[in-house]
Amino acid sequence: MLRSKTTWLLIGKRLGIALITLVIVSFAVFFATELLPGDVAEILLGQAATPEAVAGLRKAMGLDEPALMRFLGWLGGLLTGDLGTSYVNKMEIAELLSGRLANSLRLAGIVTVICVPVALSLGIAAAMWRGTLLDRVVSMLTISVISVPEFMVATLAVLIFAVWLDWLPALSYGVNVDSLGAMLRAYAMPVITLSFVVSAQMIRMTRAAVIETINTPYVEMALLKGASRWRMVLVHALPNALGPIANAVALSLSYLVGGVIIVETVFNYPGVAKLMVDAVSTRDLPLIQSCAMIFCVSYLSLTTLADMIAILSNPRLRH
Amino acid sequence: MIRNTPTNWTGRDDAMVENAIRRGASRRELLKMLMGSGVALSMGSGLLLRAGEAVAATPVSGGNLKAAGWSASTADTLDPAKASLSTDYTRCCAFYNRLTFLDENGDVQMELAETVESDDARTWQVKLRSGVTFHSGKTLSSADVVYSLKRHLDESVGSKANSIAKQMAEIEAVDDLTVKIVLSEPNADLPTILSLHHFMIIADGVTDFSTADGTGAFICESFEPGVRSIAVKNPNYFKEQGPYLDSFEYFAISDNNARVNAVLSGDIQFAAAVNPRSLRMLEGQSHVETSITTGGNYTNLNIRLDLEPGAKAGFIEGMKYLVNREAIQKSVLRGLAEIGNDQPVSPVDRYHNPELKPRPYDPEKARSLFEKAGVLGQAIPIVTSDAATSAIDMAMVVQQAGAEIGMPFDVQRVPSDGYWSNYWLKEPVHFGNINPRPTPDILFSLLYASDAPWNESQYKSEKFDKMMVEARGLLDEEKRTAIYWEMQEMVANEAGTIIPAYISNVDALSTRLKGLRPNPLGGQMGYAFAEYVWLEG
Repeated sequence: MLRSKTTWLLIGKRLGIALITLVIVSFAVFFATELLPGDVAEILLGQAATPEAVAGLRKAMGLDEPALMRFLGWLGGLLTGDLGTSYVNKMEIAELLSGRLANSLRLAGIVTVICVPVALSLGIAAAMWRGTLLDRVVSMLTISVISVPEFMVATLAVLIFAVWLDWLPALSYGVNVDSLGAMLRAYAMPVITLSFVVSAQMIRMTRAAVIETINTPYVEMALLKGASRWRMVLVHALPNALGPIANAVALSLSYLVGGVIIVETVFNYPGVAKLMVDAVSTRDLPLIQSCAMIFCVSYLSLTTLADMIAILSNPRLRH
Repeated sequence: MIRNTPTNWTGRDDAMVENAIRRGASRRELLKMLMGSGVALSMGSGLLLRAGEAVAATPVSGGNLKAAGWSASTADTLDPAKASLSTDYTRCCAFYNRLTFLDENGDVQMELAETVESDDARTWQVKLRSGVTFHSGKTLSSADVVYSLKRHLDESVGSKANSIAKQMAEIEAVDDLTVKIVLSEPNADLPTILSLHHFMIIADGVTDFSTADGTGAFICESFEPGVRSIAVKNPNYFKEQGPYLDSFEYFAISDNNARVNAVLSGDIQFAAAVNPRSLRMLEGQSHVETSITTGGNYTNLNIRLDLEPGAKAGFIEGMKYLVNREAIQKSVLRGLAEIGNDQPVSPVDRYHNPELKPRPYDPEKARSLFEKAGVLGQAIPIVTSDAATSAIDMAMVVQQAGAEIGMPFDVQRVPSDGYWSNYWLKEPVHFGNINPRPTPDILFSLLYASDAPWNESQYKSEKFDKMMVEARGLLDEEKRTAIYWEMQEMVANEAGTIIPAYISNVDALSTRLKGLRPNPLGGQMGYAFAEYVWLEG
């Protein structure tokens, strides 16, 4: 493999930028949280929030320190790997998060394993046989899938498969997942719903990227030299389309960790997206920050990975 | 068994007949009631048989109940002092017990207490049951009760019941099973106050609420805030009856459609607080029924007496005639409500004044009153929000009625986030929403006394304040009722709060789930259903 100094330098730079982005996001989230009306003591007491009660609770929760100091303290703890404790229920954030994150990653993992191969093959196939019936059917389906909001897909799926046909459970968490069959049944509907959203995007981007490279002179040259259609697309065109495809895949997948609040709500699946919403509504600063960091890290690592693939697959960037 | 039912017969009608039977209606009265609604005699008998079965059914033991509430977050807690959502109440009721509780008729019953007595309504003696044990094996004693109640006075606990608990000036153990409570001023309602969900009894010295050590019907096996709780039957439960279920799993599905779908598909056997909009979906189903509770929850239109235009004589009265209560009850709340008469004590409360009739809808009278007040034709703003149940639809009803008589109300819809701190109590004309409270005294001192923290219309009356304090200390029920009736009249006629209807709560449940009965403290049988229900089949 060609791994020159420049490649490593590029990758190193990319990682450095990611780290700086993380810190900036953390501060941005902190200031945004500060803009929200009310603090955790007021929210917890709700309508019963008399000034004395709020002051008493604030003191008991250790919230009398200025918010910025508490935030910097949290950031310092983060460097040593300590995520802090939740203001609201006094539980370790790490403990609160681990279960939820595992749930989210499991769902995201299953969707990825199913979606990426399907979406890439459909995208490439559509590009290879551009203008044929297959291409038109795939294009039409992806556009219709993108246009239907996921809460509708999810609710309709529940109505049809759980209520009318009684094939699948309406909830995905808390049902029996002892056997493989039961687990497949439990995950079927959220995975289908998410796959719709995620793969449509990937199919369209893959198709566009491959078509663009097919139109370049060197691919045409390959065809003229007698390469088969397969060879032309897979060997000559695809490697040059890898960069944009990797970026499209990364963008679609990054949505799976933090952006699936609707699917989590409809299927009552306890993931990190819902945890973040809870944290914001209770103004639980350490939890908000930790969730934000997780979303940010997953997003950055996916895009960084995509960039690296783009760098490594592109000789012009590599040298 | 073949069930002969009319085509438009629904679970809601079953519930109505069952309630009538419980209230002691005779067979003849029931048939009359059914014929009145167009049910043939032969069918009527079948329906009564079915309702009779439901009332007389004998509990069976066993089974695992999965039930879903509607709200959950990481703020979910097993600390009864901090409980704020229905989900918390339901869990606390399953794991702990109170000294007293309210039964389905709204009467006080003893739970952990054997007696709660006083001669002067000021110094109270609470005698505890003997031989009650916590899940940890510890025996219940007066020290636990003293600790549980005193916590609410400590501000660092963050108790929601702090303002109510403050009147307990002295709480001390007399002996192992007796507690003395001295109030700062006489209050005959103490037994009812002790039935509030916040006054659950926990073990002395407990500060960790990651799990629950109570005396309740279920033992907490696991609890993840915002996710779910799993509980198993308490084999040493002190009550003779119940619990019937082997285990009880409780979580929340915040999306209404998802909750309804889960109960329709049989994944859960109980879904709390179903939106009336979903009732049509449930009604065609033979395996799901509904339980309707009319409590004291209401959404009201508040007009401040100290600001324009409420300060103008005649404006508020005109508004009271302009609110079409029947339209609100029938179309906005889809019949799942009882028409209100502008005072907060609901029909399920034993102190409710049934002689106080709601004002009729009379736009002409409203028009002449507005004319007299000199506001006719002015675009008066009405602030409304999704934060208060159905308030937007209610504002529309008022706006339309106004348009017909030349009152172009300016309905301002504002976001729910921050509604309670930014608009409620502050705007001259705005909507509010009040949850049920167990006693008229709590309602009046919270909402209508001159120094009330939530005085929605800034109603001030010395006479009212005096009557409130007098009734509070009265042990004589008859005198008390008379005073409360008069106070309800005063609020209805003098205050600026228009209470068009008391809103019902609808729970959806599998027909296999039996034993659920409406309770005035709220849906889910006053949140305590877990220990009373059983699963058939």
